[in-house]
Amino acid sequence: MSQSYRLKNEGLINRNKEIIFKFNGKKYKGYEGDTLASALLANGVHLVGRSFKYHRPRGFFGAGVDEPNAKLQIQLNGHSEPNVNATEFELVEGVEASSQNCWPSVEFDIGAVNNFLNRFFPAGFYYKTFMWPKSFWYKIYEPFIRKAAGLGIASVEKDKERYEHKYEYCDLLVTGSGPAGLSSAYSAAKNGAKVILAEDKPRFGGSLLTDDVTIDNLSGKDWADKIITELKEMPNVIVKNRSQVFGYYDHNMMVMFERTGDHLNDKPKYTPRQRLWYVRAKEVLLSTGSIERPIVFGNNDTPGVFLSAAAKEYIKVYGVLVGKKPLIFTNNDSAYETALEFKKQGIEPIILDTREEQSSELINSAKNQNIQIKFCHAVIAANGYKKVRSAQIGKLNKEKTGFENIQTIECDCICVSGFWTPTVHLASQSGNKLKFNDDIDAFIPDKSKQNEKSVGASNGTFTLKKTLEDGFKTGFEVSKNITNNNISTSTPNSNETKKSVHDKFWCSPLPNGKNYKRFVDFQNDVAVSDIEVALREGYRSIEHVKRYTTLGMATDQGRTSNLNGLQLVANVEKKIVPQVGHTTFRPPFTPITIGTIVGREIDMEYMPTRKTPMHTWHEKNNAVFVDAGAWKRPRYYKQGNESLFEASKREAKNVRDHVGICDVTTLGKIDIKGPDSAEFLNRVYTNAWLKLPIGKARYGVMLREDGIVMDDGTTTRISENHYHMTTTTAQAANVLSHLEYYLQIVWPELNVNVISTTEQWAGAALAGPKSRDVLAKLFPNLDVTNESLPFMGYMEGDLFGVKARIFRISFSGELAYEINVESDYGLYMWEKMIEIGKEFNIQPYGTEALSTLRIEMGHVAGPELDGRTIPYDVSLEGLLSKKKDFIGKRSLQKEAFNKNDRQKIVGLVPTDKKSSIPEGSHLVLDKNAKLPNPKLGHVSSSCWSVENNNPFSLAIVKDGKNMIGKKLFAVSPLKNTAIEVEIISSHYVDHEGKRVRS
Amino acid sequence: MLNINCPYCGDRSQKEFAYGGDATVKRPELNKEVSDEKWNEFIYLRKSPRGKHIELWHHIAGCRQWFKVQRDTVTHEIFKTAKMNEEIK
Ligand SMILES: [Zn+2]
Repeated sequence: MSQSYRLKNEGLINRNKEIIFKFNGKKYKGYEGDTLASALLANGVHLVGRSFKYHRPRGFFGAGVDEPNAKLQIQLNGHSEPNVNATEFELVEGVEASSQNCWPSVEFDIGAVNNFLNRFFPAGFYYKTFMWPKSFWYKIYEPFIRKAAGLGIASVEKDKERYEHKYEYCDLLVTGSGPAGLSSAYSAAKNGAKVILAEDKPRFGGSLLTDDVTIDNLSGKDWADKIITELKEMPNVIVKNRSQVFGYYDHNMMVMFERTGDHLNDKPKYTPRQRLWYVRAKEVLLSTGSIERPIVFGNNDTPGVFLSAAAKEYIKVYGVLVGKKPLIFTNNDSAYETALEFKKQGIEPIILDTREEQSSELINSAKNQNIQIKFCHAVIAANGYKKVRSAQIGKLNKEKTGFENIQTIECDCICVSGFWTPTVHLASQSGNKLKFNDDIDAFIPDKSKQNEKSVGASNGTFTLKKTLEDGFKTGFEVSKNITNNNISTSTPNSNETKKSVHDKFWCSPLPNGKNYKRFVDFQNDVAVSDIEVALREGYRSIEHVKRYTTLGMATDQGRTSNLNGLQLVANVEKKIVPQVGHTTFRPPFTPITIGTIVGREIDMEYMPTRKTPMHTWHEKNNAVFVDAGAWKRPRYYKQGNESLFEASKREAKNVRDHVGICDVTTLGKIDIKGPDSAEFLNRVYTNAWLKLPIGKARYGVMLREDGIVMDDGTTTRISENHYHMTTTTAQAANVLSHLEYYLQIVWPELNVNVISTTEQWAGAALAGPKSRDVLAKLFPNLDVTNESLPFMGYMEGDLFGVKARIFRISFSGELAYEINVESDYGLYMWEKMIEIGKEFNIQPYGTEALSTLRIEMGHVAGPELDGRTIPYDVSLEGLLSKKKDFIGKRSLQKEAFNKNDRQKIVGLVPTDKKSSIPEGSHLVLDKNAKLPNPKLGHVSSSCWSVENNNPFSLAIVKDGKNMIGKKLFAVSPLKNTAIEVEIISSHYVDHEGKRVRS
Repeated sequence: MLNINCPYCGDRSQKEFAYGGDATVKRPELNKEVSDEKWNEFIYLRKSPRGKHIELWHHIAGCRQWFKVQRDTVTHEIFKTAKMNEEIK
């Protein structure tokens, strides 16, 4: 098909570069610089989709973000994207677009029966129709709604494109590059401010690209080009096109969506597809312009009905005629400009003006060009199903409530203008309560809540002269306050045609006996009658009307429908629009891709990975890793075809029988220094710390102020005023913040400093009856006998040339040591230990075996210290000092914490000695009791006891101290298990703790 | 996202900070008798004012200092930030 609607000489497209693309399977040609919409219109294609609810044929209506209808499914470079706005999508080679809300095809759509059944689809249709029976939801209603009303189809493939995030700071962010944006950005930049100018479209200039104006004796477009060229050369300015500022957040955090690669025919490999900008701006100038609003009339959704400014933009920017027999329908002067552009191309438009006969510069120039103008006329309805064929028009009566004579005139498009609506979305997002301006029948920004100002059309200023004056002045004033410079730029001369006032006509009445659908919201298919129904049914608040009818709730955020909707509510309610109020605008202003929000934070980059210095060794030795926060820890070291269960059993058994080595680098480590360190520890921990000798470690428990156990670990006194604290891996960050809180806020008089040294030290635990033998060989010059280095002892030594710290502490219940060296030597230490340990049967063990060993010993960890347990519950009450105060002590007096049948930790063994008990199982008396079965406790940790060769679990159970010897059931409805268990002591191995002291 | 002026580091994004609650709460002194009622108030009861609120923030991804912020809980406007030993009135 040839581009039969393409003009020969008009437009800013590149005619030297032809682009082939497909729409609904058919090939078309367009040019570089086209949008999908302009290229299709050049080929005379109007029908692009079916409407949401009634499946009526829909065509293009706008030329940019105002478009409510043309949302297409796009296939490009092997990926598929739904709901792409055809009026914004820049044409690239090979793109395949298709209509999405139709089945089996856009030309023949089964859902269109909805249109004939439309009395069954009134406002609140979903609420009323799909109410009950409940069981119908999943199988019948939901699939029906999804199929009938489905927008595009989201891809289930992995998105291979690249997305990026960027952070930027500036004095002034200017959103939009029309006359207001250009002038304010330019004068602020000239005054030394750091400026970012963001333009949503590919081309800079906004209305200057289409309006017949001059600035500084240049055409609007040439002036815009000149200013942009200058701005781009200034080092203090960032100029961005294809960049939509879509969100206004707290403290002038502006979020912007940049289309960096979508428009490129051959995108270089590392060029991102899209980029998300976080811009913190000291000041924001909103120069977002305005959007034309339609006049509502019968069948106003027929393909071929356009906003008049869109029709003008298609001519001026893309060299495309939206029709060859245009009917212009307006209540103001600006549509005359569209008529004049048609006339310039040798097309004969007819203008219907709802106003009384009058004159203005524009009207006169239309008259002088012999354009046919019918004053006091309106379109009643468009005729034609898939395309406008003609229009029924009429002369309005005096009150404009009806028509005097009605006739049909031929036309192939209707270009409608109901005046202009300032784009106040970002101002509203910033917290600015809008105010209604009677002169323009629209809301404009009121008082700023953040550092923002609106300039130009977005502020309700519709003349170029005033816009430029305001722009230059505001840019200067705002920048002056930031830079303290005083370089002002004078406002250039400008020329524009003067316009007369619009009238308030916004909706054509229905002639007697006619029942045309008159749409207010195209994207969500909300007609005048739907809103009337909602009001009749008693909905009053505009927020309720909105939700009940879905008016303005589509992705276009009601850009072309909000004000007409409000006007309708006001008319029915006999109010004025400001009394009805408006709904709140929320980000994003336009839809953005999920990929952009995610950015590079996927896969490996989802979050930082923390690896210990010994990580490469673990990898080489078949470690299977587990995530512990951001850390990667070996869960087990797989030998042959071993399962997790087999491997962890082998590793744990080897510790009990010989000696094992475990990477414990991930434990939190905090260095504590200062003369008051002992006093501080004495307040932080529940037990006594004032008399810990140098060279000794002590186990400690910390509470939160509410008495709940926060963390446990050992702290070692390295020297007089120097301590080394360890925390669990999970609580490392919280404990540091906790300590800082008390030192900085509660007891600033204590002379103590704390700092995290987790990353500074690599740690290896050496555990098992043979661990001392290994240690002795590692440190041949040290006396590591039980007398010289007893349980909870500490030494420093030389590990083959590396300074090492040796702590005799145990997490496994075995004779054990923990050796720390500076991180850089971690791997060296580890390899030495493996090498020397060989003759003693050393084997590495992972977190799974580590858990087994600690569970067998009844040693509590994260699953028991779950934010709900007090020291008594986990049998740590022996560590509560009676002589001193400490954090959380007062809370332990709480009545609930001192009840006789308080929960307590116990051990569990299945009576069959075989069945593993799922963690999280509930403990109940009778497994067959009626639901809800009274819960006595829960299973916190489970393992296979390598010591006794049967399953063993820890549980926290009500009245635990009196439950020993009793039998209960551990039920897990999730795993469908009910296992009879016997309650025993939580210390399943080495009750007296002999081994650790041996 | 808030922009918070750390009294030690200057303007930084909210991402770098952790919130710490009401800054006017004072922990009862150690080793002193505290009534159940007073202790309960200290542990559990916080005001949730609409408007100005003096609160703690912790610059965890920066200088690791706790400090005070006076913020409007409705508009999120920050009026003042101060070191712990400085007064906010
Ligand atoms: Zn700081």
